[in-house]
Amino acid sequence: MIEALQYDFMQHALIAGLIASIICGIMGTLAIVNRLVFLSGGIAHAAYGGIGLSIFMGWPFLMGTIGFSITAAILMAIIALNNKERSDAIIGVIWASGMACGIVLVDLTPGYQVDLMSYLFGNILTVPKTDLIVMGGIACVIFMFISLFYDNILAISYDEEFARVRGVYVKSLYFSMIILLAVTIVLVIQVVGLILVIALLTIPAYIMEQYAKSLFQMMIGSIFLGCLFSIVGLFFAFEFNISASASIILVASSAFFINIGFFRR
Amino acid sequence: MNNAPALIELKDVSFAYHQITVLKNVNLSIRQNDYIAIIGPNGGGKTTLLKLIIGLLKPDSGSIVVRGQTPQKASHIIGYVPQEVYNNRHFPISVVDIVQMGALSPKKHLFWHRKKNRQKALEILDRLDMSEYVKTSMGSLSGGQRQRVYIARALMTDPEVLLLDEPTTGIDASGQVEFYHLLEAFNKTLTIVMVSHDMMAISRHVKSVACVNRNVYYHEQSEISETTIQSMYPDEKRNECPIELIAHGMPHRVLQHHDHCSENGKSE
Repeated sequence: MIEALQYDFMQHALIAGLIASIICGIMGTLAIVNRLVFLSGGIAHAAYGGIGLSIFMGWPFLMGTIGFSITAAILMAIIALNNKERSDAIIGVIWASGMACGIVLVDLTPGYQVDLMSYLFGNILTVPKTDLIVMGGIACVIFMFISLFYDNILAISYDEEFARVRGVYVKSLYFSMIILLAVTIVLVIQVVGLILVIALLTIPAYIMEQYAKSLFQMMIGSIFLGCLFSIVGLFFAFEFNISASASIILVASSAFFINIGFFRR
Repeated sequence: MNNAPALIELKDVSFAYHQITVLKNVNLSIRQNDYIAIIGPNGGGKTTLLKLIIGLLKPDSGSIVVRGQTPQKASHIIGYVPQEVYNNRHFPISVVDIVQMGALSPKKHLFWHRKKNRQKALEILDRLDMSEYVKTSMGSLSGGQRQRVYIARALMTDPEVLLLDEPTTGIDASGQVEFYHLLEAFNKTLTIVMVSHDMMAISRHVKSVACVNRNVYYHEQSEISETTIQSMYPDEKRNECPIELIAHGMPHRVLQHHDHCSENGKSE
């Protein structure tokens, strides 16, 4: 592993994995306690529409995809809020139609699109330096959001109705949370791909929920676990020459199943 | 008769969910130091009434005034103890964190008052005999203990009214007795409004009863002690009483017929 770090791409991969783990630890915790996991899946797949749009228009990947994902996420959140009983069906529709848009837009783009697979399964080994800077910036924004509004977020996550009675601006906080979730997902898509993003988002937080005594502990623990999974996953990927994203997710899911077995006893 | 000034006043309040009328022309005054049990059939509008009073819902017509203010502005006057929901059992949160939630307000950022709020939360928990559970996680408490935590949370704004939605759900019989003793003690300084799903077991300390079934019929303390055996619901045509209100020392408390009530009280 140490020798691997001589390579620039491995250093970048490690940094990308660690930043992804940090933002996933925080936002994944919020996704779990607010039951936004399915919505996160919807955002991740609808993001493919944004990838298609970026390719079609020739925009930089991050800008187009983040814009598209935020729009899709807000749309899903609004419809889901107004139609709570069928929110899963609505999210499913937007999930699929976002992907379909992406596929058609790529079809319409002349020329052969080489790195399409890297969006589906991620390519942590080719994350450019500028994207690392963007990821770091977003991580700072998420840190600030959480530290400023921790008490309010805790209140709406635990008991939304009571928070509303106490005059907390539930709606604006909820939508800020959805927007940050969408940004997080797009950034992590680069690391593990849109198909696997949900695993990195939810597995650390889900494991930690059983041990944490507070939301803050759950976030810190998830960050730690995520970093551990990324480092171990990257190590296996390098040692056995396997795909890095799948390796990270397999490490995470092994931990998940071991934990379930451990917890049963 | 309770001649104290009205704390909460509902005038001609109507509310509909998706065009289905839930409450129609409701008039109700909640006076200081009252202890009201709100009873009625499921879907009769009990919880809707409560949500209107705390300002979570706005009436389609009519007005609700809490100490001369809108319910939203007066939210610190009302301590709200919501119905226990079980879907949050695994949420990682400690008792004191939940109690501190009660101090949230849109104006002052909790951040700056954290120390003061924590001190207050600890004091309130101590008053409720919960000081040994301050750092315990909420999921490991019993139903009765959790209910005390929610009351502690409601007390953080020093309210004048305590509004409880079906507070004894999930509490065993002995816990309920203890819980009602607690409410009785609070009633010395606080007004208590309690929605009760369990019409069989209303505390004997209840001073008045409001029957909610699209309309609201308010029964005063003096009236409750009468033993006119009549049906509580006007649409129940049977002669026998469908519901018994059982309380210690008073085997059968029955309220007067609603028609009688509206003749006397001119509530409509």
